[in-house]
Amino acid sequence: MLSSVSSADVEPIGRGVGHRTVDQLVSAARGGERRATARLLTLVERGGETASAVADAIWPQVGSGGTDAHVIGVTGPPGAGKSTLVAAWLTQLVAAGRRPAVLAVDPSSPLTGGAILGDRIRMSEASAAGVFIRSMATRGHAGGLALAVPGMVRVLELAGFDPVVVETVGVGQVEVDITSAADTCLVVVNPGMGDAVQANKAGLLEVADLFAVNKSDRPDAADVRRDLELMLDLSDMTGHRRPGVAERPAVISTTATTGAGMDELAAALDGHRDGLVSSGALHDRRRQRWRSEVRSHLAERLRRLADATVADLEPKDNRSPNALVEDLIASIFEELVEDVDSRCDRGD
Amino acid sequence: MDNDTPDQGSGEAPVRVVLAKLGLDGHDRGLKVVARMLRDAGMEVVYLGLRQTTETIIDAVEQEDADVVGISMLNAGHLTLGPRMVEALSQAGLDVPVIIGGIVPDDDRPAMAAAGVAGVLGPGASAEEVVACVQAACRRC
Repeated sequence: MLSSVSSADVEPIGRGVGHRTVDQLVSAARGGERRATARLLTLVERGGETASAVADAIWPQVGSGGTDAHVIGVTGPPGAGKSTLVAAWLTQLVAAGRRPAVLAVDPSSPLTGGAILGDRIRMSEASAAGVFIRSMATRGHAGGLALAVPGMVRVLELAGFDPVVVETVGVGQVEVDITSAADTCLVVVNPGMGDAVQANKAGLLEVADLFAVNKSDRPDAADVRRDLELMLDLSDMTGHRRPGVAERPAVISTTATTGAGMDELAAALDGHRDGLVSSGALHDRRRQRWRSEVRSHLAERLRRLADATVADLEPKDNRSPNALVEDLIASIFEELVEDVDSRCDRGD
Repeated sequence: MDNDTPDQGSGEAPVRVVLAKLGLDGHDRGLKVVARMLRDAGMEVVYLGLRQTTETIIDAVEQEDADVVGISMLNAGHLTLGPRMVEALSQAGLDVPVIIGGIVPDDDRPAMAAAGVAGVLGPGASAEEVVACVQAACRRC
């Protein structure tokens, strides 16, 4: 049931890239070929055995050592200006000689599975400057985003991009988890987002390493800053912080459309990473991120196992669902042991 | 779609379509309607919007690993820009079909087909026609 994957020799067929194996795509991406990078992103996003083959091929080349890109999560409510802000900031980074990439995540329709991915509209200048931009949809299926994103970030690392930015709308727990699992999590807020009590509601604001108050040319921008600072004062008072975070998150006023505050934002993001490196927290965060990635894959396998197990199940008169689960776990375990035994016998 | 790609993924991957207005043409309502039609048919639409160039569209097709390009033209530029888009993609080594939507006189359709445009959608095309046209273009590649 837990199928083994060893095939690095699957043969994806590209549009105009000819027949290339995963290994060929990996070495082309590593050499900076954008088309190979894009194709690897597609393969990882689709999941399943092909994604595992790509992960196997890439892991030794990046992994915990290897490249060392700064992974930055950007989240915030819809319309906060995340894409515009990211585009303005990354365009500056290109001018400074760096090679940034963005994974821009938008929601899939829960009804049809389709999606309109509109982040590139706000990023045309960044695209022209050479920023690698990839749009992706959440694709509904449970945990799919959590499964795909870490692998896609590694593809971008492999291709030499640094920083790698993951932008998500901060609406669902998975989206927030994804971005907060980055080295640095930037939360973008706006004037008019609500009062001080709303700023103290649990969720999005708690995961921030940095705040950008975007659209700060609006008259009520000072109120948002005040409410955020008040919330952070209370965090100081209760001592409640993200684990491993010593510093109080900085609050930076930006106006992405004019470029105001962009230098300060760029410096704060770099500074946050430097702080993580010098305190050793970067290592802890990455280990935590690695664990949560392994956990997502394990949970996905077990979910499929659970689906298969209950597919033909009929209600039992003498067993409650709770008790039945104990029986099922025992039989699943037995089956797994047999599976492993037979594989050992075959010499796999 | 890449029917030949070994795909043991967790399901069929959605068709990815890049939609754009090419050149100086500010009327994007039709393109927005098409984006919604394709979304509701379960496709993933990478929406580029107004005032795109062949270069920005090629960048998007490449980075997004798109299956189809849809261009909306209401400025009578289709005979110039349609073939130019097809040619630019092919020169970039991208074998991705191009569909033109908008005001294309019937007399121009043979020229569009001869230039390698995979499909033409006129005003009043139904959601079914739009989706079928995109699916047919995908199967071709």
